[in-house]
Amino acid sequence: MIRMRTRLVVLQVIVMAVLAVLSLRLWQVQVVRGQELVTRATETRTRSVIVPAVRGQILDSSGRPLVRNQTSLVVSIDRTGLIRMPEQGVPVLRKLGEVLGEPVKQLQKRITPCGPGVSKPCWTGSPYQPIPVEERADTREALQILERQEEFPGVSAEVQSVRQYPGGKAGAQMLGYLQPVTAAELEKREGLKAAFSGVDLVGRDGLEYIYDDELRGKAGLRRVQVDRMGKAIGVEEQVAPISGDTLVTSIDARVQALAEEALQHAMKNAPKADGAAAVVLEPKTGRVLALASAPGYDPAVWAGGISDRGYQRLLSDSTGKPLVSRALNGMFAPGSTFKVSSVTSMLRAGYPLNGTYDCPGAVMVGDRAFHNFHGIGLGSMNLHTALVKSCDTIFYSAGYAQWLKDGGLNPKKTPKEVFANTAKAFGFGKPTGIDLPGESAGRIPDRAWKKNMWAQTSGNSCRRAKTGYPEVTDKSRAEFLKRLANENCLEGFLLRAGDSANFSIGQGDVLVTPLQLARAYAALVSDGKLRSPRIGWATIRPDGALVRRIDVPVVGELPLSKKERLYIKDALSDVPSDGTAAGAFAGFPMNKVRIGGKTGTAEVWGKEDTSWFASFAPTNDPHFVVVVMVSQGGMGASTAAPAAREIYEGIFGFGEHKKPALPGGRPVSKLPKIAADGTVADGPVADGTVTEGTVAGKTGTRTTVADSTGEGGTGKGTTGEGVTEAGG
Amino acid sequence: MMDRTLMGGRRSFARRAVGAQSAMWRLDGVMLVAVAALCVIGTLLVWSSTRTWAPGSTGLVKKHLLNVVIGTLLCSAVTVVDHRAIRAYAPLAFLLSLAGLGLVITPLGATINGSHSWILLGGGFAVQPSEFAKLGLLLIIAMLLAQPGEGTDRPRGLDVGFALFAAVLTMGLVMLQPDLGTTLVLAVITAAGLVIAGVRKRWIILLTLIAGAGVFCVFAFQMLEPYQVARFTAFLDPRVDPRGVGYNSTQSLIAIGSGQLFGKGLFDGGQTTGRFVPEQHTDFIFTVAGEEFGFLGSLTVVLLLGVVLVRGLRIARLCDDRFGTLVAGTIVCWLAFQTFVNIGMTIGIMPITGLPLPFVSYGGTATFANLISIGLLQSIRIREQTFN
Repeated sequence: MIRMRTRLVVLQVIVMAVLAVLSLRLWQVQVVRGQELVTRATETRTRSVIVPAVRGQILDSSGRPLVRNQTSLVVSIDRTGLIRMPEQGVPVLRKLGEVLGEPVKQLQKRITPCGPGVSKPCWTGSPYQPIPVEERADTREALQILERQEEFPGVSAEVQSVRQYPGGKAGAQMLGYLQPVTAAELEKREGLKAAFSGVDLVGRDGLEYIYDDELRGKAGLRRVQVDRMGKAIGVEEQVAPISGDTLVTSIDARVQALAEEALQHAMKNAPKADGAAAVVLEPKTGRVLALASAPGYDPAVWAGGISDRGYQRLLSDSTGKPLVSRALNGMFAPGSTFKVSSVTSMLRAGYPLNGTYDCPGAVMVGDRAFHNFHGIGLGSMNLHTALVKSCDTIFYSAGYAQWLKDGGLNPKKTPKEVFANTAKAFGFGKPTGIDLPGESAGRIPDRAWKKNMWAQTSGNSCRRAKTGYPEVTDKSRAEFLKRLANENCLEGFLLRAGDSANFSIGQGDVLVTPLQLARAYAALVSDGKLRSPRIGWATIRPDGALVRRIDVPVVGELPLSKKERLYIKDALSDVPSDGTAAGAFAGFPMNKVRIGGKTGTAEVWGKEDTSWFASFAPTNDPHFVVVVMVSQGGMGASTAAPAAREIYEGIFGFGEHKKPALPGGRPVSKLPKIAADGTVADGPVADGTVTEGTVAGKTGTRTTVADSTGEGGTGKGTTGEGVTEAGG
Repeated sequence: MMDRTLMGGRRSFARRAVGAQSAMWRLDGVMLVAVAALCVIGTLLVWSSTRTWAPGSTGLVKKHLLNVVIGTLLCSAVTVVDHRAIRAYAPLAFLLSLAGLGLVITPLGATINGSHSWILLGGGFAVQPSEFAKLGLLLIIAMLLAQPGEGTDRPRGLDVGFALFAAVLTMGLVMLQPDLGTTLVLAVITAAGLVIAGVRKRWIILLTLIAGAGVFCVFAFQMLEPYQVARFTAFLDPRVDPRGVGYNSTQSLIAIGSGQLFGKGLFDGGQTTGRFVPEQHTDFIFTVAGEEFGFLGSLTVVLLLGVVLVRGLRIARLCDDRFGTLVAGTIVCWLAFQTFVNIGMTIGIMPITGLPLPFVSYGGTATFANLISIGLLQSIRIREQTFN
């Protein structure tokens, strides 16, 4: 028994030691590391859910929505959950595909995160967020999913707000579109990360891109207490999202619609036309009233993630690349519309304003004859008539003379290059700086440009000069190309005589965008100041308070005195009544509103001519500058000018239009008043256009829905229609 | 060895029960109070951890209370029985427990939580014969080793051999389930029996070496289930796989640690409410104590268990017959081991093993076995010839 007792004592010591170890470890875990583990417990127990802010609307100058929000049922897939299911969730996708009417393959593609070798329509957002696959599910589809949730694990249907475009295709390229934010973009946006969640969208083009910061608002945060399975069991903390600001633009929805319609007709009337653009500016302010490009597309295709085919269609040649805005990115030779710059060049080169000039049928430039249109001589005339009748030879001679003055093929050290420099002073050759992304610069081919170009292309030209063009079947054409290559190889760095002549009438290598031309004309017919056009007019808080006005910066001045400006404007004022556009404006009530302008017909090798019409009205006090360009549209007078006429008729209420689109034939000069409840107060008399405000999706914030019908519609529609309460 | 008869066998039970020299006054009251406190705390913790299963869910806590009541009755019954009589029935108890373990292997056995160690009784009740096997093995080993050899106070070699045979048999049946935790407890019971009985140190060292070699072979020849190896790796470094096998240890440490000094209060533990720790009403019940009662509360649980163990050792020491001492000592070792492994795994100093916390965890058979062992201790206690 003694031995047993001894061993029991040893046992007792062991037991005491065990108790001590447990107690000490408990002290360490609960008291020493307590705070750290409390933090970790909070992390495990709560999930932060980003509550996206309602994106601001984009309104026209009268408060009509160009882009608004609409609640819709969004079907999304939780990818992380799905791929853990048997067969990576393919059976679920198959069922979902049946409900939504979409092939499984397509759904799979859309929920695959983008990456190397994975192209559109892949998912660009965070792989841990639910991926929306159908943003406009109808109630039947949503109910099928919600009621049989056990058959659709990982699939949810929720109410969310989606961009809606009341104008349909109108201004699609200008308005831009939204896409899910990428991880890379999140990285770049230092400090703003909290404002994004994977489901958040970011403006990718157009106004949505430029004014993204303001439109986006500030996302809210909801810290939800969850259990082990991630099921929410309560809300710990909630920070309400702040809705984005409303962007009021100077666009007039009705003028925009008129421009779109005019382009449609122009495209139809010119069978070979493959693209068109119309720009309407208010010359005095430099604000944009309409910016249209054809072919267009319905921006609704972006909602819910674009499909592979949908995306390809936007960029394919067969559909005419509707994603590309011809107004900003369409670079074409301007033809005779460019003569406003050339006539200024002549004045700056010392040609008298009131001089008399000979307009022969052809002039010799170097060793080549350059002809007038149809080779017809028009006798002697002043500059006024030269513009109205669009004489080319006067400008050829002047351009050639200046080229000779600069030293011709052996240029002086500092050539004056009056024609090129004047064109640059008109804003050509560089972006206008409009509040839209990706604008093209156009091209002013001066001597430096030639040299540059040669540096890049001489290798190819010299090779072609040796090998020729065996692949070109037309023998004479191949011969011509070979000769050209040889010429380019040897002296391609030189601005040749012919280049200077072509330049003077806006042909050859000169390229301008419709927007550049419009703002040059706007400067010419207003105060001579070159402005960087603006579409955005002001940003307004959802409660109606003005955040900021968007000013139109003056970026230059035309090299013209007031007298000279008025002389040119006066000449252009006769074009639609007596000049090249007289046919297009036959029957237009010039006695009520006189239109001024200039036609342009630019030759493009192997294609139909580019049709231009740059115009302004009324001539005595211009409120509008309208530029229309139709690529492969033929003569300026036959395609572009009639389209411009259509726009004017709509604006002033002539022809088939009973009422003027703009009351009094003037652009809106006052910002629309947005009442605190989001309704548009003092809305202009409109033809029953319904203005609808923002609608919140699953944010829990009550938002008002405006429903003003213009005519005395103030405050009428504060009924809160479409208000959505927080989901869950 | 002294042979004593409990006082005046001819008097009626009632008179014996309340008499001045009644055995009732010789019960170890301190231990009973500690056990009762543990049972109450256990019930509260089971309630707290199962209350969120469904709104107003009290089904499990009621069942637990019923288990405690039945366990208390069993405990009282065993207390009344003379432990020397129990010694006579030890072979029967052992055979019955073996039969129970055998039944599990037959189609009557059921698998719950990956362990094939249950026999369903119907009506939502099930028994876990391996819990009773602990008692059965404990009693047969004590019986075999209680008789010392001629002229020595060490057990006879043959008896040691029988004891080891009984242990290997029981452990083999439990391993078939497979139930590593219970196997370890059985090994501890065997080892405790041998040590307390006074088996030579060199024998003990040899046996330890053999056991060590066995453990080595188990690892070397990959006889463990992958999940058991994974649990062990996760114990060594919980960060290996915090969502998988490391999940339990990480989550239980977080739950306990977030209780800090005073705890979040009963029913107010966020980790408990969110059910982040799996098996929270059974093997991981200590995390509820840690989170809701804090350091002070969980230390109380440890100390209460300590009281039971220390009082148990006292009973073993004071007992003047070898069988009683052996039974009491092994029971203490068993409970101590289970306490240490269970609490240790929740605070990250032991690997995760499916062992309940004595008197606290939910689980009928375990509660019965634990309370019966208390009954055994009390039975030994009241028959000791002590006058303090």
